[in-house]
Amino acid sequence: MSRALINVPKSARRGQVIEIKTLISHVMESGFRHGTNGKDIPRDIITSFSCRYNGEEVFAAQLFPAIAANPFITFHTVATESGTLAFQWIGDNGFEVTEEAKIVVE
Amino acid sequence: MRKGTTTMKVTRRDALKVAGAVAAGAALPAAAQAQLQSFVPGQMEAAIRKVLGEAAINKGRVKLDVPPLVENGNVVPMTVSVDSPMTKDNFVKAIHVFNEKNPQPNVISVRLGPRAGKAEIATRIRLATTQKLTAIAEMSDGSCWSDTQDVVVTLAACLEDLP
Repeated sequence: MSRALINVPKSARRGQVIEIKTLISHVMESGFRHGTNGKDIPRDIITSFSCRYNGEEVFAAQLFPAIAANPFITFHTVATESGTLAFQWIGDNGFEVTEEAKIVVE
Repeated sequence: MRKGTTTMKVTRRDALKVAGAVAAGAALPAAAQAQLQSFVPGQMEAAIRKVLGEAAINKGRVKLDVPPLVENGNVVPMTVSVDSPMTKDNFVKAIHVFNEKNPQPNVISVRLGPRAGKAEIATRIRLATTQKLTAIAEMSDGSCWSDTQDVVVTLAACLEDLP
């Protein structure tokens, strides 16, 4: 299982723009490298990432092999109400990780 | 005696030149050279058109922040920010980043909306060689804005074989 790190402020003022940082451990094998036997190493990357704020999508990204190993993604969102931020990474070979973070908005 | 020294110098310089050329040629493994040759000049332009269609792309409003000189192409920090109020009627719909000379021209495509609050993203990317990077922002009114940066890469990504 991949380990994901998420940095979301615990609390925020209503309407404040908050920064969210995410990091997940993944090799992001590009599919363009060769092994010692000269054969291509098959592609194994995370292809998409999304963030839902109380069920509504606020950010989504499509990733390509040009993203470095252990994808680190930073983005912003407006703190509208208290609730849950749900993060989802989907990749090759059935890779799927979901994480959640709580935020309190005053 | 002096004449002899001069002759020595020239010979040595020539020898070094030859040695340098040989080293440069041997620095890239065969696979890497083959991959660099597979670079198609118009691939970035083609990829941009595939994503954005025939939309006109203007310069400005986007800021692509990458270090001009990168030591390790495997991990290159990159920030893209777009000048936009991010209101309900005027926001950035998407940001796309393209490269010129990696095996694949796409880097990342993100979807944003008015709830993003601020059109700024950061990630870490791979670069196979010294090349240009282009970031394009798609606005809610349909216009596209771009920024291009040159990056010099000393150690390439993607090319090395497994140990």
